[in-house]
Amino acid sequence: MSYQNPPTTPRKSSTFDDYTLSEIRRAAQTGIYDIRGGGAKRKLPHFDDLLFLGASMSRYPLEGYREKCSTAVTLGTRYAKKPIELKIPITIAGMSFGALSGNAKEALGRGATLAGTSTTTGDGGMTPEERGHSQMLVYQYLPSRYGMNPDDLRRADAIEVVVGQGAKPGGGGMLLGQKISDRVAEMRTLPKGIDQRSSCRHPDWTGPDDLEIKILELREITDWEKPIYIKVGGARPYYDVALAVKAGADVVVVDGMQGGTAATQEVFIEHVGQPTLACIRPAVQALQDLGMHRKVQLIVSGGIRNGADCAKALALGADAVAIGTAALVALGDNDPALEKDYGKLHTTAGAYDDWHEGRDPAGITTQDPDLAKRLDPVRAGRRLANYLKVMTLELQTIARAAGHNHVHNLEPEDLCAITLEAAAMARVPLAGTGWIPGQDKL
Amino acid sequence: MRAIDLEKTPLRELNENLHQLKDGTNETEWEVLNPRGQHAIAVGVDAPVTVTIRGPVGYYCAGMNKQATVVVHGSSGPGTAENMMSGKVIVKGDASQYAGATGRGGLLLIEGNASSRCGISMKGIDIVVKGNIGHMSAFMAQTGNLVVLGDAGDALGDSIYEAKLFVRGSVKSLGADCIEKEMRPEHHDQLSALLKKAGVNGVKTSEFKRYGSARKLYNFNIDNADAY
Repeated sequence: MSYQNPPTTPRKSSTFDDYTLSEIRRAAQTGIYDIRGGGAKRKLPHFDDLLFLGASMSRYPLEGYREKCSTAVTLGTRYAKKPIELKIPITIAGMSFGALSGNAKEALGRGATLAGTSTTTGDGGMTPEERGHSQMLVYQYLPSRYGMNPDDLRRADAIEVVVGQGAKPGGGGMLLGQKISDRVAEMRTLPKGIDQRSSCRHPDWTGPDDLEIKILELREITDWEKPIYIKVGGARPYYDVALAVKAGADVVVVDGMQGGTAATQEVFIEHVGQPTLACIRPAVQALQDLGMHRKVQLIVSGGIRNGADCAKALALGADAVAIGTAALVALGDNDPALEKDYGKLHTTAGAYDDWHEGRDPAGITTQDPDLAKRLDPVRAGRRLANYLKVMTLELQTIARAAGHNHVHNLEPEDLCAITLEAAAMARVPLAGTGWIPGQDKL
Repeated sequence: MRAIDLEKTPLRELNENLHQLKDGTNETEWEVLNPRGQHAIAVGVDAPVTVTIRGPVGYYCAGMNKQATVVVHGSSGPGTAENMMSGKVIVKGDASQYAGATGRGGLLLIEGNASSRCGISMKGIDIVVKGNIGHMSAFMAQTGNLVVLGDAGDALGDSIYEAKLFVRGSVKSLGADCIEKEMRPEHHDQLSALLKKAGVNGVKTSEFKRYGSARKLYNFNIDNADAY
């Protein structure tokens, strides 16, 4: 009787997994790094790793729907003559016309306005659609300065100086040739069809000392009316926020690595920056150390998905949050109803991230007029407003359960963490213990 | 002429007054005394007036200027006439770095030298420098014209798009994708008009060389990776 070795089960490498192998083959075939939209997709410590304790014997809750729980927030109280008053502490993050279609920008403006919040321009200037449909519009001041002009600066309700963003701290914008249509080319003063790479540094200032003078100039041009935000990616949040305050910011926006981009190298998105959860406490600490917490407002963005995420960010010390990717999903991005179209692009609903190619079947991340027509800005705006209102109700539900009559009264003591990493990053106790990893006290 | 002495009057008051001017104003002549290097002087002006500044200015003088003529009788700090839309800015002395950055229109005339990154990311402005310009000038320059009567420093026109550069003197080195180009008759005409607009006389266009984009980096190609 002959003996045969039993076959072993084929085993794939954890190091060289299917995605990694496909990326090596793709790089070898094309000779270009992978570019995509969105934020970090890897598993990261996030708000899901935190839980609210809720009221019990030591605190009493507020009655849902009857006892008021306020959500209003005022941004820009430090220097601006005309601070921004929002009904809800959830804003729409900066996204460019160019990356998004005109209809998508209009829908964002409509939705934000219905919900009583602000929307934000992006790396492509201000469009009439967006200004016309946004009751409160934040105008981004970016390194490229595409479309920048003093009239739009004065038309804005606030100015956001973009130093970095979470998807690519230290990187500039990208807009590939497929999306540089005639209108986009004109707005950006570029030849049609080129692969546009925005610069990563501002052309006329370097460092916080210069930025202080740049902000003086912007305030002088706008007669000190507009709140000035400084947006930073989640790199060194303690020092970045401290320096932003020093430079004269009214508001600081901290964007973690789950924050999306229209187009950036995959290697940048996944390997540069810190998770949003890790950024909040150092940012708040910087404000507290300077005696500026609640005087300079903090907006946190990067992976905010629901009212619970918002509540957790506020409990850790943020004044407001901003959403980008979630807002696009609310408009209709990555909808399973479009699965056939996604299949034609060799992807699937929920995974589509080739926003730079301009072939978005949802008509959002495109400049193709036929595709863009698929998005009804009125209907999509209503969807966004609905979503923002649901987020707000969720936020209020949690705040009431914790016994707070304003969402800004949420505090770290309302939270515990269910992982060691989250406990260390959020500086709240591990559930069932009094232990905050990295803190002296038990 | 209305004179404002910045030793006695806050900068805010000067700029506020200038912002209140409208087309057709009778207050067309303004004089600023004792600027002493203050930043953001005469920024965001949008009226056909002349602002004469008697002395050196700091950062961003005449930033985002529209329509106005701003004359600096002295040297100017970084970012002079940044993002200018129209009008004219004249610096009688030298200009620090980023002069005319992202400028979209109008004329910036620097009678002395300009430092590094002159005309960075320019988007339609005309810049004329009677002296020399520093390194990395016209970096990512998108459109508009930069005329230099003296020499240019290292890496002129790095990653340039469609701006036109005319240099009379030497160029220490050219940046990525920037090349010397033929001076065709239309370029002589264009340069002649620019010199005339800037009031530069006694200089022949044949003394200049023209530089611009090779357009090889407009679309990504792995074989150009060494240029990045």
